[in-house]
Amino acid sequence: MTKAISIAGLHKSFGRTHALDGLDLAVDTGEVHGFLGPNGAGKSTTIRVLLGLLRADSGGVSLLGRDPWQDAVELHRRIAYVPGDVTLWRNLSGGEVIDLYGRLRGGLDRAKRAELIERFELDPTKKGRTYSKGNRQKVALVAAFASDVDLYVLDEPTSGLDPLMEEVFQSCVQEARDRGRTVLLSSHILSEVETFCDRVSIVRKGRTVESGSLTELRHLTRTSVTAELAAAPNGLAHLPGVHDLDVQGLRVRLQVDTDKLDAVLRALTASGVRSLTSTPPTLEELFLRHYEDEHLANGVAAS
Amino acid sequence: MSTVTLAGTTTLTRLALRRDRLMIPLWALVTGGLVASGAGSLEGLYGTAGERAEAAASMTANSSMRALYGPVFDDSLGGLVAWRFGTFATVLAAVASLIVVVRHTREEEETGRQEMLSAGAVGRRAPLTAALLAALVFNSAVALVVTAGLAGQGAAGALALGLAIGGTGMVFATTAALAAQLTESARLAKGLTGAAVGLAFVLRAAGDSGTAGDASQDGVLGGGSSVLTWLSPIGWAENVRAFAGERWWVLLLTAAAVLLQTAAAYALTGRRDVGAGFLATRPGPAEGGLATAGALAWRLQRGTLLGWSLGFLLGGLVFGGMAEGAADIVGDNEQARQVFERMGGQSALTDAFLATMVSLFGMVAALFAVGSVLRPHGEETSGRAEPLLANALGRIRWAAGHLLIAFGGSALILALSGTGLALSYGHDAGPVLGASLAQLPAVWALAGLAVLLWGTVPKAATAAWGAAGLCLALGWIGPALDLPQAALNLSPFGHLPKLPGPETTWTPVLALTALAAALVAAGLAGLRRRDMVS
Repeated sequence: MTKAISIAGLHKSFGRTHALDGLDLAVDTGEVHGFLGPNGAGKSTTIRVLLGLLRADSGGVSLLGRDPWQDAVELHRRIAYVPGDVTLWRNLSGGEVIDLYGRLRGGLDRAKRAELIERFELDPTKKGRTYSKGNRQKVALVAAFASDVDLYVLDEPTSGLDPLMEEVFQSCVQEARDRGRTVLLSSHILSEVETFCDRVSIVRKGRTVESGSLTELRHLTRTSVTAELAAAPNGLAHLPGVHDLDVQGLRVRLQVDTDKLDAVLRALTASGVRSLTSTPPTLEELFLRHYEDEHLANGVAAS
Repeated sequence: MSTVTLAGTTTLTRLALRRDRLMIPLWALVTGGLVASGAGSLEGLYGTAGERAEAAASMTANSSMRALYGPVFDDSLGGLVAWRFGTFATVLAAVASLIVVVRHTREEEETGRQEMLSAGAVGRRAPLTAALLAALVFNSAVALVVTAGLAGQGAAGALALGLAIGGTGMVFATTAALAAQLTESARLAKGLTGAAVGLAFVLRAAGDSGTAGDASQDGVLGGGSSVLTWLSPIGWAENVRAFAGERWWVLLLTAAAVLLQTAAAYALTGRRDVGAGFLATRPGPAEGGLATAGALAWRLQRGTLLGWSLGFLLGGLVFGGMAEGAADIVGDNEQARQVFERMGGQSALTDAFLATMVSLFGMVAALFAVGSVLRPHGEETSGRAEPLLANALGRIRWAAGHLLIAFGGSALILALSGTGLALSYGHDAGPVLGASLAQLPAVWALAGLAVLLWGTVPKAATAAWGAAGLCLALGWIGPALDLPQAALNLSPFGHLPKLPGPETTWTPVLALTALAAALVAAGLAGLRRRDMVS
């Protein structure tokens, strides 16, 4: 399968700040790719490099098979972009802005435009200054999805949208995927990521720390286990992959690395199991672990 | 007015002063220092009382001098300083005041920052009060520097001049406060107040130039001012007559204007929504016809260009009408004549008057050009350029629309001021229009400098304003200061031939045009290569 985006070892500095420190990213054609990371991790900087707004210091960047800096204008005919914070011209109506973006991209589908305005419940006659945050996002979303492009670059596109509109947005992404389009979605809304991201990449401090499908990533996380046993547990603390062990009489609570679950269950059944609850890791836990590691690392570095 | 509506004023004032901690002291020092140092430079030029008396008489007799600086009311050193620098310093103080006030009122609301501030324990009238207090700090500083710097020439005169300049600054600060209540856009509020400053200057110039100099009239030099002058707050400042038997009561006019405008602004700010103005927003079209970046640039800049066009046409008509009386009398002071000639005159004083006006229009047009060039810089820093450039739109094409308006627009407004001058002067339409357009290369060179700065060092882009301001200062008050030619040559306007006049030299015109083109090319090359600012 061809890559829609491939980035290898991307570096970008602003003065003394190293925003990107060897970032890698691979997005296949036709997939919805989640792009995650704590605030300030370098997600928007990466996206600006992909849009040819920033010039990479070093590293290989290829977008739809071409160089985003050299071939920016040509590439942009095949790309739609929605920023996380949309600013509009105060005296231009939403409809005018949608049409301007459409024409500058090389045309938009009138029927699709009308349908999207309907679905997003957007009043296109209002002037830029009178839109709320959520409505400004809608203007950019309508402009993006009214064009049938190869790649949608969405940088926290749903900030400020209400849950109903969030659903409309999700169906738009779904339709794009059904048409075989590629979507790069930077987001903090995990349910959004869980619903339709085929694969995700997690960045931290300008580097990619994890990349893969959600199933693959889940595998790397911990399952929490609560059990009531017939006899006192034995040797649990020595098993590899066991964390936060808490034994109170016959009650056991622990966390275990998901790939080490088997040995723990064996040890539990050896003591006789009366009841057992096992909770698979949620996406939140998965991300929190990655995000928290950074704080821990910072704490260690500071002390 | 209950004190509740003023809650938080102290904190907001400190915030305003913290944000302007460089701009206010610097601008106050430049404005005040210019006046304060004027005594020294004029003393070098007119050492003896006799020289000063002759100079004063011949300057008063010259209508272009009266239009630019007002009448000379007294030939003491202090009197000459007040005459030469008073108007310029007043305009500088007015512009700074309007920027400070709009910056801390309407601009805060427009960007949404005011909303967060007002969610705190902040009274409805506190933001406006804080902005006016910041302007008061600035104008007091100017008055203080002027008074302290000129105290050696007479304490009363120094104080009167300081109060006149600072007080007029406050008049326009309160005009800005009023404009900031009426419009929703900070740009428009600044534009309206700027137009008021321009109108006040033109009224004063027209009034002063219209009164023929008559040393015997009114017991002082320079005669009186006409009704037009008295309509202008800048005219009031000169009519305080610092160092010429101060007329303190004129300051009452200034104070009354400040109080009236403050009261009106307070009344309006008390009864409107945060973020709203009094000019209602109408709905726009559901579908747009904008198809290109150029059309967008035109849409964004056309209002500004229209305002400048009207102003330049009207200004041209007013000053053209005064040209006829310019050659009234000439004193036979050799030194004064030298000053006229350095000011832009050939032998004929009418030509000198027209040349002076044409050059003034040119220097002011440079402000339009710089503002217009820096418009896409504003688009960039506000985040509007980013999604635009994520479309199939190259940076050069995006910039080209704005630059076309900057360079073409400056040609248009100079053509309009030239047309205005020619129409109401009634003779020599061709040469007058040509002289006006001959200013273009210098305007373009400054605009080119702005393109270069924006394209290569976007952080320093606003320094282009400083360059345009410096050229205006050199052209307006430089000639009388006996500055070395090297300093005058810093301004591109210093290289232009004095037109209309007998001699036309094309070399500097062509050289400046080439320089402008090179600057634009270098700036655009930089724009292609650099990171976009976000």
